[in-house]
Amino acid sequence: MSVEALITADPIEPRRVLASVGSPDDGAVVLFLGIVRRRNEGREVTRMRYDAYEAMALRVLRELAGEAATTYGATHVITVHRTGDLAVGDVSLAVAVSTPHRADAFAACQWLIDELKQRLPVWKKEHYVDGERWIEGTAPPPGEVAR
Amino acid sequence: MPRHRSGYLAGMQIRMLLFALYGDLAGVREVEVDVSPGSTARDAVQRLRGLGPAFARLPAEPAVAINQEYAGLDTGLSGGDEVALIPPVAGG
Repeated sequence: MSVEALITADPIEPRRVLASVGSPDDGAVVLFLGIVRRRNEGREVTRMRYDAYEAMALRVLRELAGEAATTYGATHVITVHRTGDLAVGDVSLAVAVSTPHRADAFAACQWLIDELKQRLPVWKKEHYVDGERWIEGTAPPPGEVAR
Repeated sequence: MPRHRSGYLAGMQIRMLLFALYGDLAGVREVEVDVSPGSTARDAVQRLRGLGPAFARLPAEPAVAINQEYAGLDTGLSGGDEVALIPPVAGG
């Protein structure tokens, strides 16, 4: 099993992400790409800025990828999240999973994205022709670690 | 107990991080606050909000991470801890 996580300001290259997963034991590879879209809630987006608590985001991304691999029996899981200024059409997130059978690959990918939407300390600011705003996000689950 | 200043009851230095909307509200992304021994994350947030009008715009009960892990506001702090105020997240 291999698990990779990356937070990067460089453009995400889907081919390289795909090359990180798959083996002769795998019958399925699922690749998900999150893309900056042109319209959101009726407003025209000119660009998107991603801010991250990078050290923590990397840690959370690694944990989630590891948990997805264990839960769904994935042989390889890679997640890459972009930061900085993105244009419409740019890839903001890539997740790739390989498993022996397809149901697990789809499920692992779906679970991972749902979880990171809840927990990953990353924020985005949409820029419009006539202004900008931070996207209203999801309150992360309160920590329960007693110290 | 860390001794950034002399004396048994030396304060604890806490590094506070502000991201996204919270960084915009406060006008800075990082600030050190001094809290007394035995303080919690809630105390550090309160101290931060008392630093000036811009800081007072921060929420009184934000989600926080201590040393890169989500934690409750009533978690006790140690000198040198890093406390991040985490606005609602919007990755992906």
